[in-house]
Amino acid sequence: MGVFNFLLFSFLIFFQNLAFAKGQPVEWQIGFPEAGSTLMQELIDLHDVVFWIITVITIFVFGLLAYVCVKFSAKNNKKPSQTTHNPLLEVAWTLIPVVILVIMAIPSFRLLYKQNNFSNMDMTIKATGQMWYWEYEYPDYDGLAFDAMIVADEDLEEGQLRLLTTDNALVVPTNTNIKMQITSDPAGVIHSWAVPSLGVKMDGIPGRLNETYFNVEEPGMYYGQCSELCGPGHGFMPIMVRAVSPEEFASWLDSAKEEFASNKDEQFVLK
Amino acid sequence: MSDHAPSFFKRYFFSTNHKDIGVLYIIFAIIAGLIGGIFSLLIRMELAEPGMQILGDDYQQYNVWITAHGLLMIFFMIMPAMVGGFGNYFVPLLIGAPDMAFPRMNNLSFWLLVPSIILLIGSGFVDGGAGPGWTLYAPLSTTHHSGPAVDMAILAMHLAGASSILGAINFITTIFNMRAPGMTMHKMPLFVWSILITAFLLLLSLPVLAGAITMMLTDRNFGTAFFNPEMGGDPVLFQHLFWFFGHPEVYILILPGFGMVSHIISTFSKKPVFGYLGMAYAMAAIGVVGFVVWAHHMYTTGLDVDTRAYFLAATMVIAVPTGIKIFSWIATMWGGSIEFKTPMLFAIAMIFLFTLGGVTGVVLANTGIDVALHDTYYVVAHFHYVMSMGALFSIYAGFYYWFSKMSGREYSEFLGKIHFWLTFIGVNITFFPMHFSGLAGMPRRIPDYPDAFAGWNYVSSIGAYISVFAAFFFVFVILEAFIKSRKAKANPWGEGATTFEWKLSSPPPFHSFNELPKVK
Repeated sequence: MGVFNFLLFSFLIFFQNLAFAKGQPVEWQIGFPEAGSTLMQELIDLHDVVFWIITVITIFVFGLLAYVCVKFSAKNNKKPSQTTHNPLLEVAWTLIPVVILVIMAIPSFRLLYKQNNFSNMDMTIKATGQMWYWEYEYPDYDGLAFDAMIVADEDLEEGQLRLLTTDNALVVPTNTNIKMQITSDPAGVIHSWAVPSLGVKMDGIPGRLNETYFNVEEPGMYYGQCSELCGPGHGFMPIMVRAVSPEEFASWLDSAKEEFASNKDEQFVLK
Repeated sequence: MSDHAPSFFKRYFFSTNHKDIGVLYIIFAIIAGLIGGIFSLLIRMELAEPGMQILGDDYQQYNVWITAHGLLMIFFMIMPAMVGGFGNYFVPLLIGAPDMAFPRMNNLSFWLLVPSIILLIGSGFVDGGAGPGWTLYAPLSTTHHSGPAVDMAILAMHLAGASSILGAINFITTIFNMRAPGMTMHKMPLFVWSILITAFLLLLSLPVLAGAITMMLTDRNFGTAFFNPEMGGDPVLFQHLFWFFGHPEVYILILPGFGMVSHIISTFSKKPVFGYLGMAYAMAAIGVVGFVVWAHHMYTTGLDVDTRAYFLAATMVIAVPTGIKIFSWIATMWGGSIEFKTPMLFAIAMIFLFTLGGVTGVVLANTGIDVALHDTYYVVAHFHYVMSMGALFSIYAGFYYWFSKMSGREYSEFLGKIHFWLTFIGVNITFFPMHFSGLAGMPRRIPDYPDAFAGWNYVSSIGAYISVFAAFFFVFVILEAFIKSRKAKANPWGEGATTFEWKLSSPPPFHSFNELPKVK
């Protein structure tokens, strides 16, 4: 009974705290990616707590079932008892879960409110979901704007990840609180901007402007994918965030402003 | 035997007899389940390896498959099997009523499902098909599906919804008014309780869905803009309306299963249900709280943070009554003299696997963690553990439990056990690895995935092949029982089976009770 699950679960526990490659999924990964932002680290920490609780509960239930199945099988117990009540037990299995849930809820509320505390933002970037690519704007930097389209399989270069690589990456400075504003083309559909290792996921909804934030700790490439069904191209609008040092970011800004100068005008007219 | 059953055609096509209608529902559910199973097979074949496997570049077709799979399994397999099938057949027997309160309405409930499923499956063949997912989110389902496919799917939902509302009215009336003398509410078997609560959930939630999809229909065809932001509408409004129906719906799918599992555990442990009142009111509590947690499906839509905090707390509350049920089942087995017949195996497995699906639900209830898991395969793993193991296992359990009563024949215990182990192994291999893919960040509803997700997806696909094979093996088990035609006793389970249906012959006479039974 359930031996298979039990083994897999033990397997999962054993590897619980193994770190996986930062920024991108790896083959046979069984847990969260390594955190690229403090918020993701806190998310993983909370998940670890919750995970241990549910694992203990699951093993407890499995153990009880296994015990009952052996001890009270027709072979081992010929005469069934007729007990149908045990008030103390019933109160216990009502109240103990309540206590466990309250204990779980406290850090959970703390994380929720932290994820929505926008008091110290350093810069703003706006992502707009199109069918099917992301459009990025840097309103703090003269309306710098560009599109990020998927790189088709046949155009991939050595080392680029299939279905995760875009022609332009969203470039961000490290150790900066970045507020992401996320929306979608008003005539389009709902998309969702998600980067797993940064602990960010927010729907881009036509006619609404949503906000979330992240702070990348180390330079590197962080990948994500659209996370709301948005039509046939849903699997093909990846998100690629390149985090660089603030200095490098400044020099990138200069070149990007030139490279995407034509986009800028168009964007300003729209505003 | 003076058992005046009408001729075959009249009996099954104009039926007003609850048992015949129940049988029709079960046959319908098996057929729809196999079609839905073929869709899951196609989905897993496509996802077996990275790169497009069988679809070429027809990505829309993939979305059509997942939409059809979801709607078929929910509206045409689980609901007809549990409520329409077992509910119709056994609620009147269990409360000692001669039939349902409104027999002709009962007939209408069933026959509305037939045009409904034809419309739904037909929608897959017109104009690229309907591919907005079973959640039908606007504006993908409104301004971005121009052909009649989505209109057909919406009408299919209208018909299925009307069918369920009529059925719900019928059950509520029957259970409130037609119980045998002496059967007070607190003496009703738990399956009847579960159907009563389910009927209330249906009655209160389906009209909201009907309203939402009617608004969608007028948005699509008559120039309204309820969900169109360009004209002042709001796509999120649709999500609120949808999930106000959609969350009670998931309890509609599992509560009758809870009822059946209670009967089966009690029968095969040869003990009365432990904590009967707690069990009944736990279901009622799940039903009530189930109405006020809908926005936990919408944590990433940009809800106000305090709203999210409320839905976090409310969602966690549901774990308490669910825990009461799990522990009461184990306590029912405790001290029993357990026989491991096929229905009992399915019921025990259901308890464990539902627990597993339940605890991952607790993980997802945490808004902070859900940011990482929303719309990933973790969610897919979670709801298949509660549906494909919780609900489906209880349907299988109920089917084997009541098969001899309904058909008058005995299934082969040996084949039943093979079916159990095939299903058990298949679904676990399919869905357990999805937890890993989800934690690693693999989004749902994508026809192709980055190469790093290949490993676990391949494992899942192998599991799916086993599970689908098991589903067809189930059909074989039924056919074998009919071909061999071993005659069933009135009560094949012995002392543990104490409810009314076991006092009748197998199958019960066309008119179940010539005199109303009395409850001591």
